[in-house]
Amino acid sequence: MYVTVENVSKTYPHHGATFHALNDISLEFERGEFICLLGPSGCGKSTLLNLLAGFERPTLGRVTIDGVVVEAPSPKYVTIFQNYNLLPWRTVQKNVELGLESGNLSKKERQERATRYLDLVGLKAFAKNHPQQLSGGMRQRVAFAGALAVEPEIIFMDEPFGALDALTRMEMQDEFLKLQKQQGTTIVFVTHDIEEAVFLADKVVVMTPNPGKIKRVISVNIGEVRDRTSPDFLAIRDRIFGEFELKQKDRTEYFI
Amino acid sequence: MIRKFLRAAIGISVLIAVWQVAVTTGGFNPQLFPPPQKVLSGIHELIVTDMLWDSIVQSMLRFFSGYLSAVVLGMALGMYFGYFKGAWQFANPVAQILRPISPIAWLPFVVLWFGIGDIPAIVIVFIAAFFPVLLNTVSSVSKIDPTYFKLAKNFGLSRLDTFTKIIFPAAFPYIASGLHIAIGTAWVFIVAGEMVGAQSGLGFLIVDTRNNLRIDLLMSTMLIIGLLGLMLDGMVVYLERLIYKKWGAVSG
Ligand SMILES: Nc1ncnc2c1ncn2[C@@H]1O[C@H](COP(=O)(O)OP(=O)(O)OP(=O)(O)O)[C@@H](O)[C@H]1O
Ligand SMILES: [Mg+2]
Repeated sequence: MYVTVENVSKTYPHHGATFHALNDISLEFERGEFICLLGPSGCGKSTLLNLLAGFERPTLGRVTIDGVVVEAPSPKYVTIFQNYNLLPWRTVQKNVELGLESGNLSKKERQERATRYLDLVGLKAFAKNHPQQLSGGMRQRVAFAGALAVEPEIIFMDEPFGALDALTRMEMQDEFLKLQKQQGTTIVFVTHDIEEAVFLADKVVVMTPNPGKIKRVISVNIGEVRDRTSPDFLAIRDRIFGEFELKQKDRTEYFI
Repeated sequence: MIRKFLRAAIGISVLIAVWQVAVTTGGFNPQLFPPPQKVLSGIHELIVTDMLWDSIVQSMLRFFSGYLSAVVLGMALGMYFGYFKGAWQFANPVAQILRPISPIAWLPFVVLWFGIGDIPAIVIVFIAAFFPVLLNTVSSVSKIDPTYFKLAKNFGLSRLDTFTKIIFPAAFPYIASGLHIAIGTAWVFIVAGEMVGAQSGLGFLIVDTRNNLRIDLLMSTMLIIGLLGLMLDGMVVYLERLIYKKWGAVSG
Protein backbone atom coordinates (compact mmCIF):
# COMPACT_ATOMS: atom_id res chain seq x y z
CA MET A 1 0.00 0.00 0.00
CA TYR A 2 1.14 3.50 -0.79
CA VAL A 3 -0.19 5.18 2.33
CA THR A 4 -0.93 3.38 5.59
CA VAL A 5 -2.31 4.63 8.87
CA GLU A 6 -1.67 1.92 11.45
CA ASN A 7 -3.61 1.96 14.74
CA VAL A 8 -3.14 5.67 15.14
CA SER A 9 -4.38 7.55 18.18
CA LYS A 10 -3.96 11.25 18.81
CA THR A 11 -4.74 12.62 22.22
CA TYR A 12 -4.62 16.10 23.67
CA PRO A 13 -4.53 16.99 27.35
CA HIS A 14 -7.84 18.63 28.18
CA HIS A 15 -8.57 20.10 31.63
CA GLY A 16 -6.35 17.51 33.25
CA ALA A 17 -8.01 14.64 31.39
CA THR A 18 -7.03 13.08 28.05
CA PHE A 19 -9.05 14.01 25.01
CA HIS A 20 -9.07 11.47 22.16
CA ALA A 21 -9.12 13.44 18.93
CA LEU A 22 -8.48 10.15 17.10
CA ASN A 23 -8.88 6.76 18.69
CA ASP A 24 -7.12 3.75 17.18
CA ILE A 25 -7.80 4.34 13.52
CA SER A 26 -6.38 2.45 10.57
CA LEU A 27 -6.63 3.30 6.89
CA GLU A 28 -4.77 2.56 3.69
CA PHE A 29 -4.93 3.64 0.09
CA GLU A 30 -3.12 3.42 -3.22
CA ARG A 31 -1.21 5.89 -5.35
CA GLY A 32 -3.44 8.03 -7.55
CA GLU A 33 -6.53 7.55 -5.42
CA PHE A 34 -8.82 10.37 -4.41
CA ILE A 35 -9.66 10.00 -0.73
CA CYS A 36 -12.30 12.07 1.04
CA LEU A 37 -12.34 12.36 4.81
CA LEU A 38 -15.98 13.01 5.65
CA GLY A 39 -17.62 13.65 8.98
CA PRO A 40 -19.16 16.21 11.31
CA SER A 41 -17.20 18.92 13.04
CA GLY A 42 -14.81 17.65 15.67
CA CYS A 43 -14.47 14.09 14.35
CA GLY A 44 -10.75 14.57 13.78
CA LYS A 45 -10.58 15.12 10.00
CA SER A 46 -8.07 17.95 10.25
CA THR A 47 -6.14 16.05 12.88
CA LEU A 48 -5.82 13.03 10.59
CA LEU A 49 -4.79 15.25 7.68
CA ASN A 50 -2.12 16.92 9.83
CA LEU A 51 -0.77 13.52 10.83
CA LEU A 52 -0.62 12.39 7.20
CA ALA A 53 1.08 15.61 6.12
CA GLY A 54 3.61 15.38 8.95
CA PHE A 55 2.62 18.57 10.77
CA GLU A 56 1.85 16.49 13.85
CA ARG A 57 2.97 13.12 15.18
CA PRO A 58 0.60 10.40 16.37
CA THR A 59 0.42 9.68 20.09
CA LEU A 60 0.22 5.98 19.26
CA GLY A 61 0.64 4.03 16.03
CA ARG A 62 2.30 5.22 12.86
CA VAL A 63 1.71 6.70 9.43
CA THR A 64 3.77 5.59 6.43
CA ILE A 65 3.95 6.90 2.90
CA ASP A 66 5.70 4.78 0.32
CA GLY A 67 7.00 2.56 3.11
CA VAL A 68 8.61 5.41 5.06
CA VAL A 69 7.31 6.61 8.43
CA VAL A 70 6.06 10.21 8.20
CA GLU A 71 7.94 12.39 10.66
CA ALA A 72 7.92 15.88 9.18
CA PRO A 73 6.32 17.83 6.35
CA SER A 74 7.99 17.56 2.95
CA PRO A 75 7.54 19.31 -0.39
CA LYS A 76 6.76 15.85 -1.80
CA TYR A 77 3.38 16.17 -0.09
CA VAL A 78 1.76 19.55 -0.32
CA THR A 79 -1.09 20.77 1.86
CA ILE A 80 -3.63 23.34 0.73
CA PHE A 81 -5.17 25.08 3.72
CA GLN A 82 -8.55 26.69 3.59
CA ASN A 83 -7.27 30.22 4.11
CA TYR A 84 -3.85 31.80 4.21
CA ASN A 85 -2.58 29.68 1.38
CA LEU A 86 -1.72 32.66 -0.69
CA LEU A 87 0.60 35.37 0.51
CA PRO A 88 -1.28 38.64 0.03
CA TRP A 89 1.90 40.63 -0.63
CA ARG A 90 2.90 38.44 -3.56
CA THR A 91 1.42 38.44 -7.02
CA VAL A 92 -0.41 35.37 -8.28
CA GLN A 93 2.66 34.36 -10.30
CA LYS A 94 4.97 34.78 -7.28
CA ASN A 95 2.58 32.82 -5.12
CA VAL A 96 2.71 29.88 -7.49
CA GLU A 97 6.51 30.12 -7.52
CA LEU A 98 6.80 30.05 -3.72
CA GLY A 99 7.00 26.28 -3.44
CA LEU A 100 9.71 26.14 -6.10
CA GLU A 101 12.05 28.61 -4.43
CA SER A 102 13.62 26.11 -2.06
CA GLY A 103 14.36 23.65 -4.87
CA ASN A 104 17.14 23.85 -7.40
CA LEU A 105 15.31 25.34 -10.34
CA SER A 106 16.70 28.43 -12.00
CA LYS A 107 14.67 31.62 -11.92
CA LYS A 108 13.64 31.11 -15.51
CA GLU A 109 12.58 27.51 -14.94
CA ARG A 110 10.53 28.59 -11.95
CA GLN A 111 8.75 31.21 -13.99
CA GLU A 112 8.04 28.81 -16.82
CA ARG A 113 6.76 26.14 -14.48
CA ALA A 114 4.51 28.61 -12.65
CA THR A 115 3.16 29.96 -15.93
CA ARG A 116 2.44 26.45 -17.15
CA TYR A 117 0.36 25.57 -14.09
CA LEU A 118 -1.38 28.94 -14.01
CA ASP A 119 -2.37 28.25 -17.58
CA LEU A 120 -3.61 24.83 -16.56
CA VAL A 121 -6.04 26.33 -14.04
CA GLY A 122 -7.00 29.03 -16.55
CA LEU A 123 -5.51 31.99 -14.71
CA LYS A 124 -2.51 32.91 -16.82
CA ALA A 125 -4.05 36.29 -17.52
CA PHE A 126 -4.09 37.10 -13.81
CA ALA A 127 -0.41 36.35 -13.16
CA LYS A 128 0.39 39.93 -12.21
CA ASN A 129 -2.63 40.45 -9.95
CA HIS A 130 -2.58 40.20 -6.20
CA PRO A 131 -4.72 37.50 -4.56
CA GLN A 132 -7.12 39.95 -2.98
CA GLN A 133 -8.09 41.13 -6.47
CA LEU A 134 -9.41 37.65 -7.27
CA SER A 135 -12.65 35.89 -6.32
CA GLY A 136 -12.64 33.08 -3.75
CA GLY A 137 -12.84 30.41 -6.44
CA MET A 138 -9.97 31.93 -8.38
CA ARG A 139 -7.84 32.06 -5.25
CA GLN A 140 -8.40 28.37 -4.66
CA ARG A 141 -7.35 27.71 -8.24
CA VAL A 142 -4.16 29.69 -7.67
CA ALA A 143 -3.51 27.69 -4.51
CA PHE A 144 -4.07 24.51 -6.48
CA ALA A 145 -1.72 25.67 -9.22
CA GLY A 146 0.88 26.45 -6.53
CA ALA A 147 0.54 22.94 -5.12
CA LEU A 148 0.66 21.27 -8.54
CA ALA A 149 3.70 23.33 -9.56
CA VAL A 150 5.76 21.58 -6.90
CA GLU A 151 4.75 18.35 -8.68
CA PRO A 152 4.06 16.60 -5.38
CA GLU A 153 3.09 12.97 -4.98
CA ILE A 154 0.18 13.78 -2.72
CA ILE A 155 -1.92 16.89 -2.20
CA PHE A 156 -3.71 17.26 1.12
CA MET A 157 -6.66 19.64 1.19
CA ASP A 158 -8.61 20.78 4.24
CA GLU A 159 -12.08 21.95 3.19
CA PRO A 160 -10.65 23.95 0.31
CA PHE A 161 -14.07 24.88 -1.04
CA GLY A 162 -15.63 25.52 2.35
CA ALA A 163 -15.84 29.28 1.88
CA LEU A 164 -17.29 29.20 -1.64
CA ASP A 165 -20.95 29.61 -2.60
CA ALA A 166 -22.80 26.50 -3.77
CA LEU A 167 -22.57 27.16 -7.51
CA THR A 168 -18.92 28.20 -7.55
CA ARG A 169 -18.26 25.22 -5.39
CA MET A 170 -19.72 22.77 -7.91
CA GLU A 171 -17.88 24.49 -10.72
CA MET A 172 -14.65 24.10 -8.79
CA GLN A 173 -15.38 20.45 -8.09
CA ASP A 174 -15.86 19.74 -11.79
CA GLU A 175 -12.72 21.50 -12.81
CA PHE A 176 -10.67 20.18 -9.98
CA LEU A 177 -11.63 16.55 -10.58
CA LYS A 178 -10.71 16.89 -14.24
CA LEU A 179 -7.29 18.25 -13.33
CA GLN A 180 -6.69 15.53 -10.77
CA LYS A 181 -7.46 12.76 -13.25
CA GLN A 182 -5.25 14.44 -15.84
CA GLN A 183 -2.31 14.85 -13.42
CA GLY A 184 -2.78 11.55 -11.60
CA THR A 185 -1.99 13.14 -8.25
CA THR A 186 -3.02 11.31 -5.08
CA ILE A 187 -5.40 13.50 -3.11
CA VAL A 188 -6.66 13.46 0.44
CA PHE A 189 -9.53 15.87 0.76
CA VAL A 190 -11.36 16.89 3.92
CA THR A 191 -15.00 17.88 3.67
CA HIS A 192 -18.21 17.73 5.64
CA ASP A 193 -20.33 17.90 2.51
CA ILE A 194 -21.63 14.42 1.58
CA GLU A 195 -22.34 15.25 -2.07
CA GLU A 196 -18.93 16.80 -2.51
CA ALA A 197 -17.36 13.63 -1.16
CA VAL A 198 -19.38 11.35 -3.46
CA PHE A 199 -18.69 13.55 -6.46
CA LEU A 200 -14.94 13.65 -5.97
CA ALA A 201 -13.79 10.54 -4.15
CA ASP A 202 -12.68 7.08 -5.09
CA LYS A 203 -13.01 6.26 -1.41
CA VAL A 204 -15.07 8.10 1.17
CA VAL A 205 -13.76 7.69 4.71
CA VAL A 206 -16.75 8.18 6.99
CA MET A 207 -15.67 9.47 10.40
CA THR A 208 -17.58 9.98 13.65
CA PRO A 209 -16.66 12.05 16.71
CA ASN A 210 -16.20 11.46 20.45
CA PRO A 211 -13.75 9.87 20.13
CA GLY A 212 -12.69 10.40 16.51
CA LYS A 213 -13.09 7.11 14.68
CA ILE A 214 -13.40 5.78 11.16
CA LYS A 215 -16.84 4.31 10.88
CA ARG A 216 -16.58 2.93 7.39
CA VAL A 217 -14.68 3.31 4.15
CA ILE A 218 -16.99 3.40 1.15
CA SER A 219 -15.68 2.92 -2.37
CA VAL A 220 -17.39 5.03 -4.98
CA ASN A 221 -17.34 2.84 -8.07
CA ILE A 222 -19.46 4.89 -10.41
CA GLY A 223 -16.90 5.77 -13.04
CA GLU A 224 -14.87 8.86 -13.60
CA VAL A 225 -17.46 11.13 -15.09
CA ARG A 226 -20.02 11.78 -12.40
CA ASP A 227 -23.53 13.06 -12.66
CA ARG A 228 -24.90 14.51 -9.45
CA THR A 229 -28.43 13.40 -10.42
CA SER A 230 -27.76 9.86 -11.64
CA PRO A 231 -29.31 6.96 -9.68
CA ASP A 232 -25.97 5.37 -8.70
CA PHE A 233 -24.71 8.73 -7.43
CA LEU A 234 -27.82 9.17 -5.34
CA ALA A 235 -27.63 5.57 -4.11
CA ILE A 236 -24.15 6.09 -2.71
CA ARG A 237 -25.09 9.44 -1.28
CA ASP A 238 -28.05 7.86 0.50
CA ARG A 239 -25.90 5.07 1.81
CA ILE A 240 -23.48 7.54 3.37
CA PHE A 241 -26.37 9.57 4.65
CA GLY A 242 -27.53 6.35 6.31
CA GLU A 243 -24.21 5.93 8.04
CA PHE A 244 -24.72 9.22 9.82
CA GLU A 245 -28.46 8.70 10.38
CA LEU A 246 -27.77 5.44 12.12
CA LYS A 247 -25.50 7.23 14.48
CA GLN A 248 -28.31 9.63 15.29
CA LYS A 249 -30.75 6.77 16.01
CA ASP A 250 -28.24 5.28 18.44
CA ARG A 251 -28.09 8.58 20.21
CA THR A 252 -31.84 9.05 20.43
CA GLU A 253 -32.27 5.69 22.08
CA TYR A 254 -29.49 6.49 24.44
CA PHE A 255 -30.97 9.77 25.54
CA ILE A 256 -34.53 8.42 25.89
CA MET B 1 -10.65 66.75 3.32
CA ILE B 2 -11.46 70.45 2.92
CA ARG B 3 -13.54 70.27 6.07
CA LYS B 4 -10.60 68.76 7.93
CA PHE B 5 -8.34 71.61 6.85
CA LEU B 6 -10.98 74.15 7.75
CA ARG B 7 -11.31 72.74 11.25
CA ALA B 8 -7.55 72.69 11.68
CA ALA B 9 -7.36 76.31 10.51
CA ILE B 10 -10.11 77.33 12.92
CA GLY B 11 -8.41 75.57 15.83
CA ILE B 12 -5.09 77.23 15.13
CA SER B 13 -6.70 80.64 14.60
CA VAL B 14 -8.43 80.39 17.97
CA LEU B 15 -5.10 79.57 19.61
CA ILE B 16 -3.41 82.55 17.99
CA ALA B 17 -6.30 84.85 18.90
CA VAL B 18 -6.25 83.78 22.54
CA TRP B 19 -2.50 84.20 22.56
CA GLN B 20 -2.77 87.70 21.08
CA VAL B 21 -5.50 88.73 23.52
CA ALA B 22 -3.49 87.40 26.45
CA VAL B 23 -0.44 89.36 25.37
CA THR B 24 -2.29 92.66 24.82
CA THR B 25 -4.52 92.56 27.91
CA GLY B 26 -2.31 90.63 30.31
CA GLY B 27 0.37 93.27 30.72
CA PHE B 28 3.18 90.73 30.49
CA ASN B 29 6.72 91.71 29.73
CA PRO B 30 6.96 91.28 25.94
CA GLN B 31 10.52 90.03 26.42
CA LEU B 32 9.16 87.07 28.36
CA PHE B 33 5.91 86.52 26.49
CA PRO B 34 6.19 87.68 22.89
CA PRO B 35 3.12 88.16 20.71
CA PRO B 36 2.46 85.87 17.71
CA GLN B 37 3.87 88.21 15.09
CA LYS B 38 7.18 88.43 16.97
CA VAL B 39 7.42 84.65 16.82
CA LEU B 40 6.67 84.68 13.10
CA SER B 41 9.28 87.32 12.41
CA GLY B 42 11.58 85.21 14.61
CA ILE B 43 11.16 82.34 12.21
CA HIS B 44 12.01 84.70 9.39
CA GLU B 45 15.11 85.83 11.25
CA LEU B 46 16.20 82.24 11.81
CA ILE B 47 15.76 81.52 8.12
CA VAL B 48 17.68 84.53 6.81
CA THR B 49 20.57 84.00 9.22
CA ASP B 50 20.84 80.37 8.01
CA MET B 51 20.60 79.20 11.60
CA LEU B 52 17.39 77.35 11.03
CA TRP B 53 18.44 75.30 8.05
CA ASP B 54 21.71 74.21 9.67
CA SER B 55 19.94 73.26 12.85
CA ILE B 56 17.32 71.23 11.04
CA VAL B 57 19.90 69.35 8.98
CA GLN B 58 22.02 68.57 12.06
CA SER B 59 19.02 67.45 14.07
CA MET B 60 17.67 65.31 11.25
CA LEU B 61 21.03 63.61 10.73
CA ARG B 62 21.23 62.72 14.42
CA PHE B 63 17.59 61.81 14.57
CA PHE B 64 17.67 59.40 11.66
CA SER B 65 20.96 57.84 12.78
CA GLY B 66 19.33 57.01 16.10
CA TYR B 67 15.91 56.15 14.78
CA LEU B 68 16.99 53.97 11.88
CA SER B 69 19.47 51.98 13.96
CA ALA B 70 16.71 51.45 16.52
CA VAL B 71 14.38 50.31 13.75
CA VAL B 72 16.88 47.85 12.29
CA LEU B 73 17.94 46.39 15.62
CA GLY B 74 14.44 46.49 17.12
CA MET B 75 12.92 44.70 14.14
CA ALA B 76 15.67 42.09 13.91
CA LEU B 77 15.51 41.25 17.61
CA GLY B 78 11.73 41.55 17.59
CA MET B 79 11.39 39.00 14.81
CA TYR B 80 13.79 36.66 16.55
CA PHE B 81 11.98 36.88 19.88
CA GLY B 82 8.56 36.81 18.24
CA TYR B 83 9.43 33.54 16.56
CA PHE B 84 11.38 31.93 19.38
CA LYS B 85 8.84 32.49 22.12
CA GLY B 86 10.93 30.58 24.66
CA ALA B 87 13.78 33.05 24.31
CA TRP B 88 11.36 35.94 24.70
CA GLN B 89 10.38 34.65 28.14
CA PHE B 90 13.93 35.41 29.22
CA ALA B 91 14.21 38.70 27.37
CA ASN B 92 10.76 40.08 28.09
CA PRO B 93 11.32 40.82 31.82
CA VAL B 94 14.55 42.62 30.94
CA ALA B 95 12.77 44.71 28.34
CA GLN B 96 9.93 45.45 30.74
CA ILE B 97 12.39 46.78 33.33
CA LEU B 98 14.43 48.86 30.88
CA ARG B 99 11.51 50.28 28.98
CA PRO B 100 9.98 52.51 31.68
CA ILE B 101 13.32 54.22 32.31
CA SER B 102 13.03 57.56 30.58
CA PRO B 103 15.65 58.03 27.86
CA ILE B 104 16.58 61.24 29.73
CA ALA B 105 17.69 59.17 32.70
CA TRP B 106 20.30 57.56 30.48
CA LEU B 107 21.82 60.94 29.62
CA PRO B 108 24.38 61.20 32.44
CA PHE B 109 25.63 57.73 31.60
CA VAL B 110 25.76 58.44 27.92
CA VAL B 111 27.76 61.62 28.50
CA LEU B 112 30.15 59.83 30.85
CA TRP B 113 30.71 57.05 28.38
CA PHE B 114 30.62 58.80 25.05
CA GLY B 115 31.27 62.43 25.93
CA ILE B 116 29.28 65.30 24.50
CA GLY B 117 28.64 66.08 20.86
CA ASP B 118 26.50 64.08 18.45
CA ILE B 119 26.42 60.85 20.41
CA PRO B 120 24.06 61.75 23.30
CA ALA B 121 21.32 62.88 20.93
CA ILE B 122 21.69 59.79 18.77
CA VAL B 123 21.66 57.45 21.77
CA ILE B 124 18.63 59.14 23.32
CA VAL B 125 16.68 58.88 20.10
CA PHE B 126 17.80 55.27 19.77
CA ILE B 127 16.59 54.38 23.27
CA ALA B 128 13.31 56.22 22.76
CA ALA B 129 12.59 54.39 19.49
CA PHE B 130 14.03 50.99 20.31
CA PHE B 131 11.52 49.70 22.85
CA PRO B 132 8.33 50.54 20.98
CA VAL B 133 9.79 48.97 17.82
CA LEU B 134 10.98 45.86 19.67
CA LEU B 135 7.79 45.22 21.61
CA ASN B 136 5.56 45.95 18.67
CA THR B 137 7.55 43.64 16.40
CA VAL B 138 7.42 40.81 18.92
CA SER B 139 3.67 41.09 19.21
CA SER B 140 3.28 41.46 15.42
CA VAL B 141 5.16 38.24 14.77
CA SER B 142 3.21 36.33 17.39
CA LYS B 143 0.00 37.51 15.71
CA ILE B 144 0.91 35.88 12.39
CA ASP B 145 -1.47 33.08 11.54
CA PRO B 146 0.29 29.77 12.30
CA THR B 147 -0.83 28.48 8.91
CA TYR B 148 1.88 30.65 7.35
CA PHE B 149 4.51 28.73 9.32
CA LYS B 150 3.01 25.43 8.20
CA LEU B 151 3.16 26.66 4.62
CA ALA B 152 6.85 27.52 5.02
CA LYS B 153 7.61 24.12 6.54
CA ASN B 154 5.66 22.33 3.87
CA PHE B 155 7.59 24.00 1.06
CA GLY B 156 10.88 23.27 2.84
CA LEU B 157 11.85 26.93 3.19
CA SER B 158 15.12 27.48 5.04
CA ARG B 159 14.97 29.39 8.31
CA LEU B 160 16.38 32.49 6.64
CA ASP B 161 13.82 32.27 3.84
CA THR B 162 11.07 31.76 6.40
CA PHE B 163 12.09 35.02 8.04
CA THR B 164 12.58 37.07 4.89
CA LYS B 165 9.81 35.61 2.73
CA ILE B 166 7.11 34.84 5.27
CA ILE B 167 7.57 36.30 8.74
CA PHE B 168 8.82 39.74 7.81
CA PRO B 169 6.24 40.51 5.13
CA ALA B 170 3.39 38.91 7.08
CA ALA B 171 4.16 40.97 10.17
CA PHE B 172 5.18 44.16 8.40
CA PRO B 173 1.82 45.93 8.26
CA TYR B 174 1.63 45.58 12.06
CA ILE B 175 5.29 46.40 12.55
CA ALA B 176 4.72 49.58 10.54
CA SER B 177 2.30 50.89 13.15
CA GLY B 178 5.06 50.41 15.75
CA LEU B 179 7.46 52.37 13.56
CA HIS B 180 4.85 55.09 13.42
CA ILE B 181 4.50 55.31 17.20
CA ALA B 182 8.27 55.19 17.61
CA ILE B 183 9.01 58.06 15.24
CA GLY B 184 6.80 60.43 17.23
CA THR B 185 8.19 59.32 20.58
CA ALA B 186 11.78 59.55 19.40
CA TRP B 187 11.33 63.01 17.91
CA VAL B 188 10.25 64.29 21.32
CA PHE B 189 13.64 63.32 22.71
CA ILE B 190 15.93 64.75 20.05
CA VAL B 191 15.74 68.16 21.74
CA ALA B 192 16.74 66.78 25.14
CA GLY B 193 19.62 64.91 23.54
CA GLU B 194 20.90 68.05 21.87
CA MET B 195 20.63 70.11 25.00
CA VAL B 196 23.65 68.43 26.54
CA GLY B 197 26.69 69.80 24.85
CA ALA B 198 25.72 69.67 21.20
CA GLN B 199 27.00 72.71 19.33
CA SER B 200 24.28 72.61 16.68
CA GLY B 201 20.77 71.37 16.07
CA LEU B 202 17.34 72.39 17.26
CA GLY B 203 18.05 71.42 20.87
CA PHE B 204 21.15 73.59 20.80
CA LEU B 205 19.09 76.40 19.35
CA ILE B 206 16.68 76.12 22.29
CA VAL B 207 19.55 76.45 24.79
CA ASP B 208 21.25 79.18 22.76
CA THR B 209 18.20 81.40 22.36
CA ARG B 210 17.41 81.04 26.05
CA ASN B 211 20.98 82.03 27.00
CA ASN B 212 20.68 85.08 24.79
CA LEU B 213 17.27 85.85 26.26
CA ARG B 214 15.69 85.78 22.81
CA ILE B 215 12.39 84.34 23.95
CA ASP B 216 10.81 85.13 20.58
CA LEU B 217 13.39 82.97 18.82
CA LEU B 218 12.97 80.31 21.50
CA MET B 219 9.27 80.12 20.75
CA SER B 220 9.97 80.14 17.00
CA THR B 221 12.24 77.14 17.47
CA MET B 222 9.64 75.33 19.51
CA LEU B 223 7.10 75.94 16.79
CA ILE B 224 9.50 74.59 14.17
CA ILE B 225 10.10 71.46 16.26
CA GLY B 226 6.38 70.89 16.41
CA LEU B 227 5.92 71.39 12.69
CA LEU B 228 8.78 69.05 11.85
CA GLY B 229 7.28 66.40 14.13
CA LEU B 230 4.00 66.78 12.29
CA MET B 231 5.83 66.44 8.99
CA LEU B 232 7.62 63.27 10.08
CA ASP B 233 4.32 61.81 11.17
CA GLY B 234 2.73 62.70 7.85
CA MET B 235 5.61 61.02 6.07
CA VAL B 236 5.11 57.80 7.99
CA VAL B 237 1.37 57.87 7.43
CA TYR B 238 2.05 58.19 3.73
CA LEU B 239 4.51 55.27 3.76
CA GLU B 240 2.07 53.18 5.76
CA ARG B 241 -0.61 53.78 3.15
CA LEU B 242 1.75 52.64 0.41
CA ILE B 243 2.53 49.49 2.36
CA TYR B 244 -1.10 48.69 3.05
CA LYS B 245 -1.87 49.19 -0.60
CA LYS B 246 0.83 46.76 -1.61
CA TRP B 247 -0.15 44.25 1.05
CA GLY B 248 -3.76 44.48 -0.02
CA ALA B 249 -7.11 44.46 1.67
CA VAL B 250 -6.23 41.52 3.89
CA SER B 251 -4.17 43.63 6.22
CA GLY B 252 -5.55 47.06 5.45
N1 LIG C 1 -4.08 21.26 19.34
C1 LIG C 1 -5.19 20.79 19.92
N2 LIG C 1 -5.32 20.82 21.26
C2 LIG C 1 -6.43 20.35 21.86
N3 LIG C 1 -7.47 19.82 21.19
C3 LIG C 1 -7.40 19.75 19.86
C4 LIG C 1 -6.26 20.24 19.16
N4 LIG C 1 -6.46 20.03 17.84
C5 LIG C 1 -7.68 19.46 17.75
N5 LIG C 1 -8.24 19.29 18.95
C6 LIG C 1 -9.56 18.70 19.21
O1 LIG C 1 -9.65 17.50 18.51
C7 LIG C 1 -10.95 17.35 17.95
C8 LIG C 1 -10.84 17.07 16.49
O2 LIG C 1 -10.38 18.25 15.85
P1 LIG C 1 -10.26 18.42 14.28
O3 LIG C 1 -9.84 19.80 14.03
O4 LIG C 1 -9.43 17.34 13.74
O5 LIG C 1 -11.77 18.21 13.84
P2 LIG C 1 -12.37 18.35 12.39
O6 LIG C 1 -13.02 17.06 12.08
O7 LIG C 1 -11.37 18.86 11.44
O8 LIG C 1 -13.51 19.41 12.64
P3 LIG C 1 -13.97 20.63 11.71
O9 LIG C 1 -14.92 20.08 10.70
O10 LIG C 1 -14.68 21.54 12.67
O11 LIG C 1 -12.76 21.26 11.11
C9 LIG C 1 -11.71 18.61 18.26
O12 LIG C 1 -12.61 18.33 19.33
C10 LIG C 1 -10.65 19.58 18.69
O13 LIG C 1 -11.16 20.43 19.69
MG1 LIG D 1 -11.07 20.72 10.42
